[in-house]
Amino acid sequence: MLARRGFILTLGAALTLSSAVLAQDARPLAPPAGSDAGTHFITVASTTSTVDSGLFNHILPLFKAKTGIEVRVISQGTGQALDTGRRGDADVVFVHARASEEKFVAEGHGGPRRPVMYNDFVLIGPRSDPAGVKGSSDIVAALKAIQTKAVPFVSRGDKSGTHQAELALWKDAGIDLAATRGSWYREIGQGMGAALNTASGMNGYVLADRGTWLSFKNRGELDIVVEGDKRLFNQYGIMLVNPQRHAHVKQAAGQLFIDWVLGAEGQKAIASYKIDGQQLFFANAADGNA
Amino acid sequence: MRETTSILPLSAEDLSFEAGGKLLVSQLRFAIQRGGLTALLGPNGSGKSLTLRLCHGLIRPSAGRVAWGAEKGVLAGVKRHAMVFQKPVMLRRSARANIVHALAAAGVARAERQERAVAALARFGLDALSENPARLLSGGEQQRLAIARAWSLRPELLFLDEPCSQLDPGATRQIEEMLAALKAEGVTLVMATHDMAQARRIADRVLFLHRGRLVEDSPAASFFTAPASAEARAFIAGELLW
Amino acid sequence: MDVSAAFSAAIDLIIGLDPGFLGIVRLSLGVTLSAVLIAAIIGLPLGALLALSRFPGRGGVIVFVNAMMGLPPVVAGLVIFLLLSRSGPIGFLGLLFSPSAMVLAQAVLVLPIIVAITRQLTENLHGEYREHLASVGLTGFRAIPTLLWDGRFALATAILAGFGRASAEVGAVLIVGGNIAGYTRTMTTAIALETSKGDLPLALGLGLVLILLTLVINAVTYGASRAGARFAG
Repeated sequence: MLARRGFILTLGAALTLSSAVLAQDARPLAPPAGSDAGTHFITVASTTSTVDSGLFNHILPLFKAKTGIEVRVISQGTGQALDTGRRGDADVVFVHARASEEKFVAEGHGGPRRPVMYNDFVLIGPRSDPAGVKGSSDIVAALKAIQTKAVPFVSRGDKSGTHQAELALWKDAGIDLAATRGSWYREIGQGMGAALNTASGMNGYVLADRGTWLSFKNRGELDIVVEGDKRLFNQYGIMLVNPQRHAHVKQAAGQLFIDWVLGAEGQKAIASYKIDGQQLFFANAADGNA
Repeated sequence: MRETTSILPLSAEDLSFEAGGKLLVSQLRFAIQRGGLTALLGPNGSGKSLTLRLCHGLIRPSAGRVAWGAEKGVLAGVKRHAMVFQKPVMLRRSARANIVHALAAAGVARAERQERAVAALARFGLDALSENPARLLSGGEQQRLAIARAWSLRPELLFLDEPCSQLDPGATRQIEEMLAALKAEGVTLVMATHDMAQARRIADRVLFLHRGRLVEDSPAASFFTAPASAEARAFIAGELLW
Repeated sequence: MDVSAAFSAAIDLIIGLDPGFLGIVRLSLGVTLSAVLIAAIIGLPLGALLALSRFPGRGGVIVFVNAMMGLPPVVAGLVIFLLLSRSGPIGFLGLLFSPSAMVLAQAVLVLPIIVAITRQLTENLHGEYREHLASVGLTGFRAIPTLLWDGRFALATAILAGFGRASAEVGAVLIVGGNIAGYTRTMTTAIALETSKGDLPLALGLGLVLILLTLVINAVTYGASRAGARFAG
């Protein structure tokens, strides 16, 4: 009979735990903030760079403390994050690929697009620097050298903001990847961290955002080889998903978040985020051209 | 309305069973009246087990039918015939739970099940093993439990398929004593066996089957002393030689 | 990479009892157990039905179910994602990026395992019980409750196999859960995240904790079902 009791006990424990999880989705709502009655959270589709660098961990508690609204962040590549917004699976999109963002707005999926902040890309490569580009601040020359010497280069290949920035830089360098790419050019179709891990594993070059690089721990032989080129600046934009298209979008709470991020408090919070004393993101909501 | 108080007689009417193009049981005609122990005797493969299964309704005849004194052997909504198998089917539960399960399946009210199970265990000397896992009982105990389980269903007619073929002589003797007691209680018994000595010990009547045909239907006394058919004579002679 | 760093990360996680980490463990267990429970509630009777029924195309159904045991989690995740997306057929439920969505995706992954193993076990047990059950009036599908109850200790294996698949998978929960910190981040998605952040010792440490949990659950279930099987004989 003991065995039977154990059986039933196990079943009971499983039931209790699982009902607790399912109840979580239906828990009583926190008092509304903004005019979306009952809103206690919003969903933000953002990029791996903002999540992996730890920026959101730094700023979201401040927003929550002020408004009581929990911000649930999905981290995806920029292209994927915009798609999530297109399908209506997020309330706010917070990404970094201006051209794609403007297309998103033009198609009526959301907007208006507002600049939030920028950080910069850095070219990461092995300390041994087989392409001989270390210390330069000319990204275009560096890419040319990599291509000429056919040194391994890891590309995100995932339609993310970083990937799009990388493609634009190849174009600036006058290199037609479709025609010249060989086995040295390795598209992995994954996030920034995975790309850095891959580059670390094969001692290749990779374009990364500075934030992810600074918080990346598996550096191995890698280091920054090119930085400071104006063309490496990386602008982030934020926009509300169009509530006319998706009625469930939490317009008021989403706008509250956007306003907070663009306002003095949010901008200050962004600027104050540092890793090892280095500032990662530079708030520039006031810059109309960004 | 005396007829409706019993499921008997049971009549096999030209009962045939065919499988894979082979006629395994062929045009059996016999009737089982109330009382006594009828042995279905015959060598392996003669169709004894199939005949029991046809009568008990576990398989459907290819031709002919099984007729009962009451439709399908069911009286007042209760199936009044039960079966004990050669290899006892023991559920993975205690001895008592095995009986309770059968009673529940038969539609016995919840309150009554425990009482009847306890009574059945006591009746067959299994009370001490009541809470033991049924599958860990000895072969003889398992067969006794199978009979107790069938008995708890209060059958008027009990089919037994070679109930002792896997038991040692001591256990066989116990089972035979139980069957005699059941017979004395008024339960009608129909038992398949290939063991002539056993049939001689406990049968009142012998239905002798050979290659799916009913060759001889005689009172046990005359069957063993003066078999009418050549097949039965050969079988008896063969057994004696053994 | 330094393996001892992974072990010390694992020990820190366990000893530190960081609330964030405990939340992740609780969510992982809760999601997986819910998924297994749901899959069992559906899969056990379904497997038994499949074992006992005879219909044209049954062989095809069995092959299909067996094949679905190998369904790639990302595919299951993608299908659930498309269903639950606001632009999908049941998007109005608003379940995407929630623990419920993860439960659903894992249940889909676990269901074929439970159905397939249950079918096999029930079919074997039915072979043994069929005549007796028919004799006492439990013909056809009416035999199912008895078969499931008597097979319960063997069926625990099916459920454990399902649990193993669900607790180890990352593809499906990552897609439908979104790996939202404090809400849909599980052990496996946290491992994926820490890997992508290059914090390999922490990722491996989390992995060690996951293995430990899985070991404990398997040991408990194995012990209980061994004891039970001994009892059932």
